[in-house]
Amino acid sequence: MIKHETIEKNIGLMILLIILVISGGGLAEIVPLFFQSSTTKPIDGLRTYSALEFEGRDIYIREGCNVCHSQMIRPFRAETERYGHFSTANEHVWEHPFLWGSKRTGPDLARVGSRYSDDWHRAHLYNPRDVVPESKMPSYPWLFENKLTGSDTAKKLEVQRMLGVPFSDEAIAGAQEAVQGKYEIDALVAYLQSLGKLHNNYDKVR
Amino acid sequence: MSAFWSAWVTVITLAVILGCTWLLLATRKSETHKEATDQTLGHEFDGIAEYDNPLPRWWFQMFMATVIFGLAYLALYPGLGSFQGLLGWSSTGQWEEEMAHAEEQYKPVFAKYAAMSVEELQQPGNEAGLKMGQRMFANNCSLCHGSTGSGAYGFPDLTDNDWLYGGDAATIKATIANGRNGGMPPWGAVLGEEGVRDVSSYVLSLSGQEVDADSAANGKAQFQALCTACHGADATGMLALGAPNLTDNVWLYGGSFEKVAHSIRNGRNGVMPAHNTLLNEDKIHLITGYVYSLSNK
Repeated sequence: MIKHETIEKNIGLMILLIILVISGGGLAEIVPLFFQSSTTKPIDGLRTYSALEFEGRDIYIREGCNVCHSQMIRPFRAETERYGHFSTANEHVWEHPFLWGSKRTGPDLARVGSRYSDDWHRAHLYNPRDVVPESKMPSYPWLFENKLTGSDTAKKLEVQRMLGVPFSDEAIAGAQEAVQGKYEIDALVAYLQSLGKLHNNYDKVR
Repeated sequence: MSAFWSAWVTVITLAVILGCTWLLLATRKSETHKEATDQTLGHEFDGIAEYDNPLPRWWFQMFMATVIFGLAYLALYPGLGSFQGLLGWSSTGQWEEEMAHAEEQYKPVFAKYAAMSVEELQQPGNEAGLKMGQRMFANNCSLCHGSTGSGAYGFPDLTDNDWLYGGDAATIKATIANGRNGGMPPWGAVLGEEGVRDVSSYVLSLSGQEVDADSAANGKAQFQALCTACHGADATGMLALGAPNLTDNVWLYGGSFEKVAHSIRNGRNGVMPAHNTLLNEDKIHLITGYVYSLSNK
């Protein structure tokens, strides 16, 4: 039998044993996910973001929307009644990084697309209290002033393609033209309207 | 999950649990002496020595309890690769059960009201149905139309019996289910700034407001030429297109001169999202009943 003294006095052996124990969890829980079709194969009919939607996604990240809004509907009736079909891994195969979030100060946005009109989103983002009097969401008036140049949009799409998102050559070639001169609010609203609408597998009525 | 990955997960999980247990048992000092003694390990640093005692029994037992809990959990719930667990539990299975339970509980309630017409829903005795409609209105509609249905700038008031598309039960239901797309094109480029102001004057004069008479007279001809196709020859609107009545002094986007001019210059695009992908027919029926009740007291 080994003595605990042996492990305690051989720091190399101790490190080895610690790595062995910890990596057990990762090897069993994480590694198999890289090889499961349910987590690596995109859901049927999934489309990529348009250039404008993709820029909107970057604004969503920049403003930290994911800090207060999740994009992950859990399989509970209370959630599916309110937000729609529960989220599945194959919807997020092309998300780099994914924006599931971990906290809901505001509601989940995984399927907010086409729920409200563009006008509503604009009014709401300019000053949420204009449409929801009790809202505590911050206002984002600068989105209505800043314009996109699109100078690095094509590059961003190329990097995404390197990560495995099948953006087409045409989409990358026309990326700058598609966003140039648009206001940030246009991009963000386009992104919000795309959420949950990149495929239509879960459109069934509850 | 393929057989390989199933085996991979199973073997690693069990190996880690059993390995940790073995390590604990192998390094435990229960064989040499079971009770605490004064014997030390023999080393000393700055006068601090270490007792050579076995693990405290409570700590050891708690560790063993977690091992037993872990193994029992893996036997009952999915965790070891493709093995589904003796209970057959799954998160989607639990969700389906919840949905089926709710369906059983609420279906008769919805069915009772679904069998009534929207007009019948207004009769005394059906207050509970309208209340259900009100709750669903609060959850789904109040963000734009307000919690009392009285609307907001750009979002129609549902309580005033002034309708863009019609206020009969069938039309309200169609509006909720399929949504609406009310587009007014921008006329700024066609009319020019002068023309926009003339037409604005004329439009305001239709609802009896005080305007510059000359300007309104100039705007009349242009209104007849460009606007009557949607708003009608008498400017009372057209329900089929959602073109508003301009003679009643009810304004969706504000009735001041500047607001009306803005609408004419830049156009408007009011969208009501379709709700038939969000709510089932029975729910839309009850919401229709509630919306109908707002202007038919």
